[in-house]
Amino acid sequence: MNTLTLWFHKFGSPPTFFRVTALLSPWLFGAAFLIGLAGIYWGLFVAPADYQQSDAYRIIFIHVPCAWMGLFAYIFMAVNAFIALVWRIKISEILAMTSAPVGAFFTAVTLATGSIWGKPMWGTWWTWDARLTSELVLLFLFLGVIGLYNAIEDRRQAARAAAFLALVGIVNVPIVHFSVSWWNTLHQGSTVRLLGPSRIDSSMLWPLLLLALATHIWFFASVFARSRVSLLELEGGKEWARDIALATEHGHE
Amino acid sequence: MISSDPPSPIPLLQAEELAYARNDEPVFGPLDFTLNAGEVVLVEGDNGSGKTTLLKVLSGLLVPNSGKILLNGEDLTLARLSHQVALLSHLGGLKLDLTALENLRFAIGVFGLRSGAAPLPALASVALEGYEDVPVRNLSAGQKKRVALARLLLVPAALWLLDEPYANLDKSGIDLVNRLLDSHARRGGAALVTSHGAYAFTSGTPRRLPLRPTP
Amino acid sequence: MRYGTTRSACAAVIRRDLLLTWRRRGDALNPALFAIIVVVMFPLALGPEPNQLANISAGIVFVAVLLAGLLALDTLFRGDHEDGTLEQIVLSPHPLSMLLASKILVHWLSTALPLIVVSPLLAEMLHLPRQVMPVLMISLILATLLLSLLGAVCVALTIGMRRSGMLLALLVLPLYVPVLIFAAGACNAAQLGLPFLAPLLWLGAALALALVLAPLACAAALRISIT
Repeated sequence: MNTLTLWFHKFGSPPTFFRVTALLSPWLFGAAFLIGLAGIYWGLFVAPADYQQSDAYRIIFIHVPCAWMGLFAYIFMAVNAFIALVWRIKISEILAMTSAPVGAFFTAVTLATGSIWGKPMWGTWWTWDARLTSELVLLFLFLGVIGLYNAIEDRRQAARAAAFLALVGIVNVPIVHFSVSWWNTLHQGSTVRLLGPSRIDSSMLWPLLLLALATHIWFFASVFARSRVSLLELEGGKEWARDIALATEHGHE
Repeated sequence: MISSDPPSPIPLLQAEELAYARNDEPVFGPLDFTLNAGEVVLVEGDNGSGKTTLLKVLSGLLVPNSGKILLNGEDLTLARLSHQVALLSHLGGLKLDLTALENLRFAIGVFGLRSGAAPLPALASVALEGYEDVPVRNLSAGQKKRVALARLLLVPAALWLLDEPYANLDKSGIDLVNRLLDSHARRGGAALVTSHGAYAFTSGTPRRLPLRPTP
Repeated sequence: MRYGTTRSACAAVIRRDLLLTWRRRGDALNPALFAIIVVVMFPLALGPEPNQLANISAGIVFVAVLLAGLLALDTLFRGDHEDGTLEQIVLSPHPLSMLLASKILVHWLSTALPLIVVSPLLAEMLHLPRQVMPVLMISLILATLLLSLLGAVCVALTIGMRRSGMLLALLVLPLYVPVLIFAAGACNAAQLGLPFLAPLLWLGAALALALVLAPLACAAALRISIT
């Protein structure tokens, strides 16, 4: 067994995963909170106002990291879904399924902030821009995975079915983006372009990157916390879970 | 459970440490048993002891959580079901809108045909002569079961997995199942039969495989 | 022993499903009827102005066909799952993907073909210009085949659920987006006098891909969800 598989098996065993994430969780949440706070302060108060959009542009410090996270969460989910389907590793099933609601949340925030930003910039809450539409389809994909996972009784089977859907979805995402871009040019819709990170001034880039880092750490903190709950639900009858329950009980006494 | 005197060196079906769990709750197992050609084994157990699940696992519909299934000494995978296994589940597997004969023809198309077998004689041997062209919808529950049994006679499977074959059958129907099992065993086939009631086999006492709910 | 070939097994599936469709031939009209009802709603809601209707007619026809196809998807495996014949098909020694492809083909013939047959009627009700009709027919054929193949994968995942309607729509919709865009886009382009071949070719390419991959994916999904 090579090192990687060994690591997989070690980290993939439920008790180890539970213990490691229990140690990591407070640090991750703390780091995400502090870095996020620093990023927000920098972005909202230190960074200069945009010469075109004045202060309204500052919403990108929320909008863009969330947009990145939505896609990142989907890829993370799909990779875990693949591992879950091929090697039947329980932790991967759980990680894939717990990253779906977190990813859906980030995608929803992206859509909401994009819409709030659109009102002063484009004069409308919603425009059938290629990116917005793709983002909406991404949200539907997340909701489909969550819906399927919750609709099937057997948890393991539900996870496998939803994981399969996640994989179908990851093939679909670029196709949707391509088709929506094509559709957008055909209909000659809004040509407003979102700020590309390459054209952004470095004084605005740093808080953006800081917040991107914070959201990444937050994502893992949140997924790990959710996974620990799911794991306990799934493995409630197992010995290690009972040991943990007993240990916490003693701790409270 | 170890068979007393195996007639052939390679058993038709062999299960090693076979276990299945749903939602991480064990349904049955770990289970070790062998089934030789010419044998009929009665799987006994209360409701919820996992009889149906065992048959589905052995047929390849469900993947066991642990353990091995050997069919003629070869590992059973979904791809290698190779005409060896026929499952009679409680659903029956019949299309109500089709006639008995059409249902059997479909089974032959999908599973193949046992040498020397034909749909009409098969229907006759389950006492359904004259019902060939009646839609299955119009048959009684017992008669539907007989059509499903006729399907077993047609397909070239050596291993029969019968889930509650006696349910819905009258006295003559139960005798019929026993007769079919007998002649199947004599032809060199084998069968695993589940039942929660005590039904007498015509020829002697069959081997029993008790299933108990795992604690 | 006569084991039969995969070809004969597929033929058996096709023969059986065609026979079943014939026995319940009244049901085959339902999707077409549903599409007509949906199309009738639009002029009632938007007003009878022919130019306005003509502008959006292709889009309406595709949405109506898509919704009708979505409703019909449920019947693909439901009957077979309930009476246990799906179990038998899965247990068949022949490649499951081929048997499922046969099922999908018959399902397309029995649900989508009637829709395509009534589509000139739908287009006429919405004043679609005559010269767009051939493009509409071709894109409908390509699109409905794609919808049946993609839908089959999703419906295989929801097998065994008692009420899967809303969930199925949620699963299927993201997959249908590109199909809808290219199919309706081709018709809109034709209507505007723009080149319409490219979207049709994209649809054809997607169909070629789906013909190979969708039955395999459908078989994999079915194996996951059948218990």
